[in-house]
Amino acid sequence: MKDLALRALDAVARRGVSYADVRAQEIREREITTKNGKTGHAGSSESVGLGIRVIAAGCWGFAATDDLTPAGLEAAASRAIEIARSGVVARKADLTLAPEQAYQATWVSPFKIDPFSIPVDQNLATLLAVDAQLRRTAGVNLAETSMHFERRRQVFASTLGSLIDQTRCVSGAGFSALSYKDNEIHKRSYPNSFGGQYQLKGYELVAELDLLGHAPRIAEEAVALHSADQCPEGEFDLILDSSQLGLQIHESVGHPIELDRVLGSEANYAGMSFLTLDKLNQLRYGSEVVNVVCDARLEHGPGLGTFAFDDEGVPAQSTDIIRNGHFVGYMTSRETAAAVGRDRSNGCMRADGWARIPLIRMTNVSLEPGRQSLEEIFDAKHAIYMETNRSWSIDDKRYNFQFGCEIGWEIRNGKRVRMLKNPSYSGITTEFWNSCEAIASREHWTLWGVPNCGKGQPEQVMGTGHGASPARFRKIRIGSAYGG
Amino acid sequence: MADELLEQVVTAARTHGITEVEAIVTTSDDALTRFANNTIHQNVAERTRHLSVRAIVDGRTARATTNRLDADGIRGVVADAIAIARLTEPDPELLPLADPQPFGPRNRFADATAQATPDHRARIVGEAIRVVEGASQTAAGIYSTAHSTFHILNSHGVSAAYSETMARFSITAMAADSSGWAKASAVDLGDLDPIALARSAAQKAAASAHPRELPAGRYTVILEPAAVLDLAGQMFGDFSATAIRDDRSFLTGRMGKKIFGPNITIYDDVRHPLQAGAPFDGEGVGRRTLTLVDKGVVKDVAYSRHAAALAGVAPTGHGFPLPNEHGEAPTNIVIAGGETPLDRMIAETPRGVLVTRLWYIREVDPYEKIFTGMTRDGTFLVEGGQVVCGVRNFRFNQSLIELLSNVEALSTPLRASGEETFDMVVPAMRVKGFNFTEVTKF
Repeated sequence: MKDLALRALDAVARRGVSYADVRAQEIREREITTKNGKTGHAGSSESVGLGIRVIAAGCWGFAATDDLTPAGLEAAASRAIEIARSGVVARKADLTLAPEQAYQATWVSPFKIDPFSIPVDQNLATLLAVDAQLRRTAGVNLAETSMHFERRRQVFASTLGSLIDQTRCVSGAGFSALSYKDNEIHKRSYPNSFGGQYQLKGYELVAELDLLGHAPRIAEEAVALHSADQCPEGEFDLILDSSQLGLQIHESVGHPIELDRVLGSEANYAGMSFLTLDKLNQLRYGSEVVNVVCDARLEHGPGLGTFAFDDEGVPAQSTDIIRNGHFVGYMTSRETAAAVGRDRSNGCMRADGWARIPLIRMTNVSLEPGRQSLEEIFDAKHAIYMETNRSWSIDDKRYNFQFGCEIGWEIRNGKRVRMLKNPSYSGITTEFWNSCEAIASREHWTLWGVPNCGKGQPEQVMGTGHGASPARFRKIRIGSAYGG
Repeated sequence: MADELLEQVVTAARTHGITEVEAIVTTSDDALTRFANNTIHQNVAERTRHLSVRAIVDGRTARATTNRLDADGIRGVVADAIAIARLTEPDPELLPLADPQPFGPRNRFADATAQATPDHRARIVGEAIRVVEGASQTAAGIYSTAHSTFHILNSHGVSAAYSETMARFSITAMAADSSGWAKASAVDLGDLDPIALARSAAQKAAASAHPRELPAGRYTVILEPAAVLDLAGQMFGDFSATAIRDDRSFLTGRMGKKIFGPNITIYDDVRHPLQAGAPFDGEGVGRRTLTLVDKGVVKDVAYSRHAAALAGVAPTGHGFPLPNEHGEAPTNIVIAGGETPLDRMIAETPRGVLVTRLWYIREVDPYEKIFTGMTRDGTFLVEGGQVVCGVRNFRFNQSLIELLSNVEALSTPLRASGEETFDMVVPAMRVKGFNFTEVTKF
């Protein structure tokens, strides 16, 4: 892999470029699912290739290939430069990158059990036991379970002189129970919706999640939702579980702080951001208790955004985003850092494979834990508690959002008094975070993995990390998804 | 290439004592020139090939995929598929591999698209940028050209191949407090008119300047084809026999019933001249044309071979590659239109909202088919039959069942391209009582 990357770098560098980097990757994945007692999908995949990114004639060019023969590398190098030079007709200014040092490094993400060492029949036995347990509850029509494992080795080489060999191992697992009755469909998922929990771990994650132990409760809740009251519409105090809060952070903090969005690079697709440059160090983003960091370092935790170096060779860093409620930081690349006068990128460039260019992507954008116990979070006179995301939507500048959850409960004087179906809430990003009045302490903090974040053209799907503990918000608009 | 690969796959499988194998060979050559702030800022190309092998082993099946197409890679992917299959539970409902059947070869290939160069894309992008710059606005967008092939073969003699080119141009024009958007796709890049799209986006940005804020509520809306596409397109995964059997489709209990207005007829038709995609499915079964909705009545749904065998009907050719848990879905949607052009829809609207596109659409309720999302890049107030001003963008929470029961007028359908679902052939629609629930800040 190192030889491959260096040969590709040599092929492009000797053609005359002002900068080039190469990412050579080997990717191995396994996907196992079950549905109602049978194997749903059982498969594996591998992919090997490299992408060459260049600056030539003051413009970016990129070509990716899986033809790893000498001729294939030469052709890709030539193509990357041809593409870059074509951009001259619409060039406004030469590209400038924030300076970075050269690094030689080898890094492997820590794991206890190599997931690919576990036989598929053992994966299936675990999942089928959960599947069977879910279907023991009368009223569950559809039980689904899944596991996903990925090992990705990347060698990054650049004309700065960097040669970085990184291997990341990601595991994911989860299940859901669906119940159809009387023209209503209800679903409960564990530990999170849309595939469960994903972390930078090995197979040990599966045991930690205790899938089987949680199956009876989840199945019972899916069925019980048919008898629950409809979530009321109005203004209420809101308590969110940590997984839903993780997605709230993703959508209403993580995306708006992408500096490429702010500067217009994503305007045609993902959109822009209300966090224009004049807002930095000026905007009150949230209440005093709100502190958010963007942290790719291993000490932050085993997140989907944890690594040693980003995909343009910048070391992992921790950046304050919101400090005591004040907006203080963006996520940057070398190009965008230079564009706003920074002397260094904070290392957020990531590509979803060898065939795509790196973009600014969330690493681990996390809400720091607060000081309250769980009892204190729930100690509200009257509130709605919501758990596990069902739907999510936000406008293209990240002001107005609406989230739906799988299940809710009405809280009175700190106690759950009734289950609520179809809970949803909506609002304006800064108003929402300014209404945050209590965040649970670190013992309730979880680093969630969002495996399906889309961005870019062609679209790339990236895994991001979001740490959060349950929190309470004052006077939030609830229930409008079913209003009107 | 694919026939030789199959031969190697079959030979490798025999060394494991396995004779039932299927191979899917895909190639793609994609290039995309992306622009923002009136300059090209990302400019990429990728060439990929994949071999995906499915093995059947004593009533079990599994799939393995690789892009290493040398002898070692092929032997390895076959061994992986067989090894995984052997470790799964037997499936009594698993069918043998499909047998060959006619589906009518139909490639959609344009040499101009396949041969498009970076210089061509850059020149067109440069011209489009100048249109928007000329209106004192800022342009962002993409121009992509692609050539892909899909070939499915199996040890029963199936050999179904399809080749397609596709060009896409999309542009957003941004003014101080407004924006406009346009997008189109075509097999032949000569059928795209990027300059007209740039002019349309710039005109929308200019016309929606200084947007007014209207209160949330129920409005008559005129949905341009891209808005119809991205919203209506959310429901077709439910037109699946497997989804209905799983009780996760909104059509559970509604088959054969009239759930939409009498002016709603929807087909799945891969052979429609404005459609694209392979005329066969993930097992090599030829796609049949389906009448999904006939004058508001739910009529046909898609059946994979497995779903068809369980139901005792013929497969429709809409199955996904096996093994999978979703079964099948129609993907060549054609919504029949009417005779009301967009400008007449506007002219005949006393008060309403004209919507260019919708964004971030997500399902709120799976059975009532309520979706939420935002308007974006060109939302206008219509009064007295005229577009009078731009308005701030709305959030909607709208049932598709209700929406397709409230359609007052339809235009001629065209090939529409959005960002929330795959391209379809759809008309513009005027719909009464559309449910806007909130207003955002711009």
